[in-house]
Amino acid sequence: MKVVCALGSSLVSLVVSAPALAAASLSGAGATFPAPLYSRWISDFEKVNPETKLNYQPIGSGGGIKQFIDGTVDFGGTDAPMTDEQIAKVKGNVLHVPTALGAVVFTFNVAGVQKPLNLTPETACGIAMGKISTWNDKRLLSLNAGVTLPSAPLTFVHRSDGSGTSAIFTDYLSKVCPEWKDKVGSGTAVNWPVGLGGKGNDGVSGLIKQTPNSIGYVELVFAEKNKLPVAALKNKAGKIVSPSTNSVTQAFADSVAKLPSDFRMSITDADGAASYPISGITYLLVRKNMSKEVGVPLVKFIKWGLRDGQKICPSLSYAQLPAEVVSRVEKALNVIELK
Amino acid sequence: MSSSLSEKIFRTILGAFGVFIVLLMFSVAIFLTVGAWPVIRHGLSDFVQTQTWNPVNGQFGALAVLFGTLVSSSIAIAIAAPLGVGAAIFLKELAPARVASVFSFLIEMLAAVPSVIFGLWGFFVLAPAIRDHVAPIFYPLGEYVPIFRGPSYGVGILTAGVVLALMILPTMAAIVREIFSAVPQHQREAALGLGSTRWEAVRVAVLAPSKPGILSAAVLATARALGETMAVTMVIGNRNAVSLSLFDPGQSMASLIANEYAEASDSRHIAALMAVGLLLLVISLVVNAVARIIAKRSAAKWK
Amino acid sequence: MEIATKKLLLEFMVTTQAKRKRKNIFANLVLSILAILAVSPLVAILGFLISKGIGALSWEFLTSLPAPYGESGGGMGHSIVGTFILVLFASLLGIPVGFGAGIFLAESSKESRFASIVRLCAEMLAGVPSIVVGLFAYFVAVLPFGGFSAFAGGFALSVIMIPVIARTSEEILRLVPVHVREAGLALGLPRWQVVMRIVLRGSRKGLFTAVLLAVARASGETAPLLFTALNSRLWSFSATQPISSLPVQIYTYATSPSEEWHQQAWGGALLLVLLVLGMSLFARFLFSGKKYGT
Repeated sequence: MKVVCALGSSLVSLVVSAPALAAASLSGAGATFPAPLYSRWISDFEKVNPETKLNYQPIGSGGGIKQFIDGTVDFGGTDAPMTDEQIAKVKGNVLHVPTALGAVVFTFNVAGVQKPLNLTPETACGIAMGKISTWNDKRLLSLNAGVTLPSAPLTFVHRSDGSGTSAIFTDYLSKVCPEWKDKVGSGTAVNWPVGLGGKGNDGVSGLIKQTPNSIGYVELVFAEKNKLPVAALKNKAGKIVSPSTNSVTQAFADSVAKLPSDFRMSITDADGAASYPISGITYLLVRKNMSKEVGVPLVKFIKWGLRDGQKICPSLSYAQLPAEVVSRVEKALNVIELK
Repeated sequence: MSSSLSEKIFRTILGAFGVFIVLLMFSVAIFLTVGAWPVIRHGLSDFVQTQTWNPVNGQFGALAVLFGTLVSSSIAIAIAAPLGVGAAIFLKELAPARVASVFSFLIEMLAAVPSVIFGLWGFFVLAPAIRDHVAPIFYPLGEYVPIFRGPSYGVGILTAGVVLALMILPTMAAIVREIFSAVPQHQREAALGLGSTRWEAVRVAVLAPSKPGILSAAVLATARALGETMAVTMVIGNRNAVSLSLFDPGQSMASLIANEYAEASDSRHIAALMAVGLLLLVISLVVNAVARIIAKRSAAKWK
Repeated sequence: MEIATKKLLLEFMVTTQAKRKRKNIFANLVLSILAILAVSPLVAILGFLISKGIGALSWEFLTSLPAPYGESGGGMGHSIVGTFILVLFASLLGIPVGFGAGIFLAESSKESRFASIVRLCAEMLAGVPSIVVGLFAYFVAVLPFGGFSAFAGGFALSVIMIPVIARTSEEILRLVPVHVREAGLALGLPRWQVVMRIVLRGSRKGLFTAVLLAVARASGETAPLLFTALNSRLWSFSATQPISSLPVQIYTYATSPSEEWHQQAWGGALLLVLLVLGMSLFARFLFSGKKYGT
């Protein structure tokens, strides 16, 4: 019984002292795609705004949307915009705030191959459908003259959780590959025809690193930071383009004129000759009606991200939002009502 | 305060704790049933017979995860049962007291190792070992026997089964040892007195009458394997499909929930996950109950 | 015994003495190998934990927050604190309820219908898979309160602890000899005082063991925390905010691609194992007597 008393009294002191320690503490969760960027943003933002503490948990875009709907987080993160049905669930009380642009890239682990491989929409589809099951498949060899590809079986690695990266990837495949569209379709979670599942962008790149002769898709920064090679991809204009901040910016530029007022838009399979075809916009989800305690620091953080934060993007291989989009987003933030 | 009143208050308070436990157990079952209701309403038999798990068009079936759970747990018990029984015989019947106490201490400690650590070890040490050293031995067989068809990616059903085996081994060994302890000493002495060897005495006087107890230990250990989550999630490969090869990736009921619950936003998806949770709960409870029934029957023997 | 004897005699008749001896040696050998195989996983796991984890353990690792993405260094200080806070919350609910139920069961007569239902429920509760506990806690402690929190994580862990404490403490209290209770009652003490003053006090070591075992079990659990406490990158001391824990942080780092994070996962795992095995060892040491009054 003494133990219980001791525990009890220490808890009381804990709870009493808690409010003093926790300043404005915001909790968010969602996409793993921008997680490295947000991790950096939060760290830099807190240096200038020490009174605010932000906790962003990378649990996947599907998770970001769900937890936003369930009201368990102050803000969500997603690279797959919410569907109309999902927006209806929160009665329209949501604002999609674009924060950065990124590329979903094929990354692989094949002994001796460090150079970028070339892929086409057909081979990308073949890999994900399980039609290309060995590395020395003719279709791969003919695209990559001069690269020695082993006769080993090819292992496809995909996401096991609901993911915006998957949404962008499957959105692309559905556009370029009719068979994919018929049999699998697009979404944050789909019924994968083949492969291993990893949780989060981290989980997928971890699994690829751990599994020889595997190939999967991740956000560019996860491949770069982990020194995994990436594949260049043939775009709609027929050019083979490497994923980079430039080619992503190009992909966005192709359709920026069509950017709707709620910012929900797909930019995969863009038209331009220099555009990387599997590009995407990543969003923060915030409520249009918020309490002051949450809203004031959150809006401050978002505005910081749209200005100062953008400068950090290229260093982590994300593309910046164009200036005119930033000002459109800032205007859109005005609809937020604080109570 | 009169003593009968204080007595009453005391009883009521204690009874309240008892009621709390009952309520807790019931509310777990009720919450899952309510959450899974949209699936149950359409009949569970379809749900457990469908393999497709397709969040895009809202088609959900639990066959693949049922399969993954049952196969990985079966592998686990197939490995853990002989090991556990063998170790228990050695510790209880053959080994010198000192060796026995060191060994049983080590096995007991294995039981305390958290699940995530088995997962960590399984992912970084066991999975590559199976991929590079174990699986290639079976590849030639794979041409004829589909369960050995390669390639192995490291993570997969077999790896999950082996990790689970290690996790349930202490349960198995500890219970079997206790069952052996219940065998009266004179049984062994009688057998030895007839001039039998040590092994014959163990086999006839200890092992034979303990059969039902060993069975119940195996069932109980299997129940533990069925619900194990973290280690399995880390090494099973997370793929929702039935596949015959042991080297292929799979998904268990528990790992499916761990992977998808936090992000399922479609109501059909949530209900399907809740139904998987309910199914897992029911299976675990039934298997536990079976173990207990067998144990009760066999325990009555020496009385 | 007759059947067994017959079997033996039959065996003596059909096999030669030498053959039986050989069989005995062979069986001994196989059984020793099985026993060695049974203990080798622990040795292997501990070996890897120590060799890979010890390098990660440093003052910085124990006391700092994770580094922002792309920067090296950082640690799991917040997860260590988080695990303690979560277990504390879990104990706050789990220990009183567990003990209460344990005392109730020990004090009820074996024939009591209600007590046997409670006992059955406690046993069933112990058999509920930990991920299912997580699902349940999400509905009971996350959704109604509008967020992931240390409180919700603690609640989930307490559901794991309660049956462990209830069943262990019942067993321990039943070890109290009848004459001890009778002596108390004979002194004219009311029953509740006999229980509180004599029975509980005499069993305190055993009861402490029950708590230790439950705490050890709870501090290693990951699955119930995934959608209750979630995780955090901050020092958190608040009951209402998400909080980090060692197991969840190990899981996150282990499945990542970063070598440095892998190393930290091994370090965290070593720490967690030391913590959990330490508690189990202590519990074992305390309970080695397993007698009333020791």
